[in-house]
Amino acid sequence: MRNPLRSEGEAYRLLWIVVGGAAVIIVAAFINTWLGVAVAVIAFGALGWWLMHEPVPGAAEPPPVVTSETPPGTHRVLVVAPPGTESVVVPDGAEVLVVVPALSSTSEALTGAVDDRRHDAESTAAALEARLDGARVEVGADDPALAVEDALRVFGADEVLVVGDDGMLEAIRERVALPVSRA
Amino acid sequence: MEPAGHDEHEHHGPPIPHYSSRIKPETLGMYLFIASEIMLFGSFFTAYFFVRIVNGVPWPTPPFELPVFVATINTFILMTSSATMHWATVSIKRGNVWGMRAGLLLTFLMGLAFLISQLYEYLRAGFNTSDGAFPTIFFCLTGLHGCHVFVGLTILAFMTIRAWRGHFTSEHHHGVEIGGIYWHFVDVMWIVVFTTVYIL
Repeated sequence: MRNPLRSEGEAYRLLWIVVGGAAVIIVAAFINTWLGVAVAVIAFGALGWWLMHEPVPGAAEPPPVVTSETPPGTHRVLVVAPPGTESVVVPDGAEVLVVVPALSSTSEALTGAVDDRRHDAESTAAALEARLDGARVEVGADDPALAVEDALRVFGADEVLVVGDDGMLEAIRERVALPVSRA
Repeated sequence: MEPAGHDEHEHHGPPIPHYSSRIKPETLGMYLFIASEIMLFGSFFTAYFFVRIVNGVPWPTPPFELPVFVATINTFILMTSSATMHWATVSIKRGNVWGMRAGLLLTFLMGLAFLISQLYEYLRAGFNTSDGAFPTIFFCLTGLHGCHVFVGLTILAFMTIRAWRGHFTSEHHHGVEIGGIYWHFVDVMWIVVFTTVYIL
């Protein structure tokens, strides 16, 4: 659904759509009161339909695929481990960064009520850091694919290992130009 | 650690989880505010429709008359103020600082003219809230909207002062954008109030 108040320009456009709709309703109501009511119902329905079907700017464009580079002679692995992960198997001799995305629901993310989710992620991160020798463990964004993108900006990796379901695996594959496999 | 091959700005670690992936907090705040406003106006409109349709109170109740002409002029003033607000935003996006300043100042002056005109309308209405349900709903609905215009004017005043102090550029003008969204919302609400209270 397109947000009619997404920007000042869109809010301005909404204003003139409302003005046009109001004019039609007024004309219909002067002809017959119930015709005005019918036109108002149709106008509100049409506005809702338009908002539902109007393309969202940028939604059709595929998100940019993130590439990654590593220094010669190194093997770097980025591991995505959701909160609750108890152990991770990483390749020997590799530099490892484990990211624990602070997974939260849409309502939690929109309202900023993510403190509990972040606490869960921090607990998992602390437990993994104690178990994994030499690995760095961090808490990431609430979206696993975004957490990977964020991590790749500061940690160039050769591959991404995912401890998670197929949906998470596919979402990350779509966003990064790196080998992504299950840990 | 060296950054990966990515053209983003430099980071000092991953961003705060609930910030980077979602909507900007200030924009979300404005959305929540507008949502609460819609509910507030909705409650007043419920009272209006209840009084007028369920109770069948004549609108306006004789012998009173609504000042339709003044309200129509006010409607044109508000619509024009939205146009100047849009002009201000478009101007700053193009780097035209003086266009933005002129747009904001004109928007403020027209909003002020609307408020003064509405107060004048109240003084000459010939009825008050003790005259029954019709005047009560009339003053509540138009007064509620007038309060919002006052808030919008306060925001516009700050925006105008900031514009003159050079706080906005073609790259950084979020304050103008957010204020513009609010102002257009107030104007949308006026169209709804004007149509239902004065015309239908």
